[in-house]
Amino acid sequence: MAFSATLSTEEDTAKITLSGELDAASAPAFRSEIEKAAQSQPKRLVLFLQDLEFMASAGLRVLIFAKQKMGADVELYAVAPQEGIRETLVKTGFDKSLIIVDNYAE
Amino acid sequence: MVTRIDVYPTHRFAGYPLRMGQAFPFGATFVPGGINFSIFSKAANYCVLVLYERGSQTPLVEIPFRGLFQKAESEELVWGEFRIGNVFCMTVFDLPYEEIEYGFRMDGNYPRVNRGQPGIHRFNPDQVLLDPYAKGIGGRDRWGMTPNWENPFPHRGRIVRDDFDWEGDRPLEIPLEDLVIYEMHVRSFTQHPSSGCKFPGTFAGIREKIPYLKDLGINCIELMPIYEFDEFENSRYHPDTGELLMNYWGYSTVGFFAPKAGFAFTGQFCDGTQVADEFKNLIKDLHSHGIEVILDVVFNHTAEGNEYGPTISYRGIDNQTYYMLTPEGYYFNFSGCGNTLNCNNPVVRSMVLDCLRYWAAEYHVDGFRFDLAAILSRDPWGHPLPNPPLLESLAFDPILGKCKLIAEAWDAGGLYQVGRFAAYGRWAEWNGKYRDTMRKFLKGEQGILGEVSQRLQGSPDLYYGRGTGASINFITCHDGFTLMDLVSYNSKHNEANGEDNRDGGDDNHSWNCGWEGETTDPEILALRRRQIKNALAMLLVSQGVPMLLMGDEMGRTQQGNNNAYCHDTPLNWLDWALLDRYPDIYRFARSCIAFRHAHPVLRMPYHPGSELSWHGTQAWNADWHGRVIAFMLNGRQGHADDFIYVSLNMYWQTLPFELPRLPPDQQWRVFANTGAPLGEEIWDPGQEPILEDQLTFLMQGRSVAILVGR
Repeated sequence: MAFSATLSTEEDTAKITLSGELDAASAPAFRSEIEKAAQSQPKRLVLFLQDLEFMASAGLRVLIFAKQKMGADVELYAVAPQEGIRETLVKTGFDKSLIIVDNYAE
Repeated sequence: MVTRIDVYPTHRFAGYPLRMGQAFPFGATFVPGGINFSIFSKAANYCVLVLYERGSQTPLVEIPFRGLFQKAESEELVWGEFRIGNVFCMTVFDLPYEEIEYGFRMDGNYPRVNRGQPGIHRFNPDQVLLDPYAKGIGGRDRWGMTPNWENPFPHRGRIVRDDFDWEGDRPLEIPLEDLVIYEMHVRSFTQHPSSGCKFPGTFAGIREKIPYLKDLGINCIELMPIYEFDEFENSRYHPDTGELLMNYWGYSTVGFFAPKAGFAFTGQFCDGTQVADEFKNLIKDLHSHGIEVILDVVFNHTAEGNEYGPTISYRGIDNQTYYMLTPEGYYFNFSGCGNTLNCNNPVVRSMVLDCLRYWAAEYHVDGFRFDLAAILSRDPWGHPLPNPPLLESLAFDPILGKCKLIAEAWDAGGLYQVGRFAAYGRWAEWNGKYRDTMRKFLKGEQGILGEVSQRLQGSPDLYYGRGTGASINFITCHDGFTLMDLVSYNSKHNEANGEDNRDGGDDNHSWNCGWEGETTDPEILALRRRQIKNALAMLLVSQGVPMLLMGDEMGRTQQGNNNAYCHDTPLNWLDWALLDRYPDIYRFARSCIAFRHAHPVLRMPYHPGSELSWHGTQAWNADWHGRVIAFMLNGRQGHADDFIYVSLNMYWQTLPFELPRLPPDQQWRVFANTGAPLGEEIWDPGQEPILEDQLTFLMQGRSVAILVGR
């Protein structure tokens, strides 16, 4: 499935909904959404991952880029990642710097 | 900000935009806009870059390094030759690097050599070759998955991103003499179901067990080979049991720059970067818990075997450069594994150096243990060199400047260099003499106390002037018996290896305590436990660097197999339930490690002088002819430490030991006494009870006591 990333911003919160496969080819699109989101200087970045099917190492690097771009104080949420992606986050150690939740209520 | 002006293609081949590449560095490297491919061969006059879609057996494209190309922006034909000296180099633009696997075809002006025939060069342009500098290698992505034997390109180069979020991590640089090393196999450590790991048998699995390693107290793990190897190399079925026997330990390198994909949980995703990230993440996490990582590296031979072996890479690229050959073109076999890497050829020497620099700089590895390192001191014809250039280069290398360099200072060709390895003030050695002497002492051999005393004080007879850190002390390692088997078997029992018990060493210096193998005799079992604790105690109070074998802290057995290299079974896997079976052994090991960390006088960087005194059953009067010795370290002398007195009674009867007198305000306390009843044989450091009798200490037969005076 083709990759898509959709950004919406509400007050202090930036939300990006991801779907499809996040690999080296699609990572730049995700990265540009992160850069857009960073412009509003949000306090919280929420990534909706339920429809994201695959994340390659290039995708993980955009998450690290997001952390660096937004600053350490910004809370980073990963909502409902599929099992494979959840495991990728855990064994790469990224689970420590991001809050994995099953669902997100404002 | 400098903007490069050469980030554009000049040539095109089958639609792929490209240009002359950069000769350095070798391998596949990210450059602006593309990937740079660079590979050495002195003997080849023909080289082709072969690109595959991941996993495919049919190439996507084969791009020659010399020939007619199209101009980048038109259909016009143009000549191109992408080579500098003996290096073929080309940049290909716009490659989807995650989706690509790559290799090379090479040829030269040499006659074709058939399998089994000798040959100076073994070019075969029908064969696609693995890049010796490949940083990721596909083809064995899931451990133990039966390979497709028909695959014409079984070990496949992958392109790996080397950006990783280290978050400020650096190698720890713990002084060598302060290390307690734990030797382990990545898969064996957590593959057993009893490990309870979510990612068993992998780098990620080790990470799950960091709390255990912290509790045990070790501060360095030494990983048996993690360079990409083929677990199916020479795999076979046991003639009687039908068990699949594999190259399980992995002492046979396919590629020196790639971590073994099958050791990564992420291997299944066939993405070299994720495999690298998983291993880097393990190292980062270990470092944050104060644990160093040493890699066991195998530079003495490769997985290509002898004249009958497979052509994977080196021999198809430049056989004469990479291997030691007889004048006829047979492979010298100083490794016992078919071939010998030509380590003191300047090109191969550079490769080894590049490789270690890569692991030190990109993976933050803290040190290396060199398998059969004596080979690294041989010249291209096999003669030992007085001043081996490779060893010198490694010792003086700027990037490796703080790395631990540890030699297994012997080889299979009979070169034994323990105590004589070319050290350049940097190299430490696996002290094989420590192992042999202490094993003999443990089983009660008489007349070796002079040597025992040398081993206990860091082997100054071998390493005087090099410091105690030169001596890696061990009683057991992956080669040979486990500690439990050392006290349970008189001889090896390697039938499971399918070689009629011919393989494996016979010089085990072991003693079964009265019965060969499994028994229910409570006296024998008790004696074995005591002997295990005696060994652990000796190891952890010796000057030098102690190394424990995985599982010895919980009584791991290999059923008497002293060469378990081929078993992907519970014979090798650590059974974590042993912690419940032998809690006393674990507690003993853990406390001895803690005691060592608590007492700097046990970890002197130099060989002890007047701090050390020798005793026997009489204080200040050692009898050098028996089986009994004691020593005292005066921790007040320059160390702000306590007095430590260690008595070793390897005689079979109870003996009274007269204790040396302490200064008036101090008393002897007992930290360990392996002869005491279970539960009283060890105490937490700092909680040692005061001895009632400060003058005489009664030692059970075959026991070790450690007293602390303060």
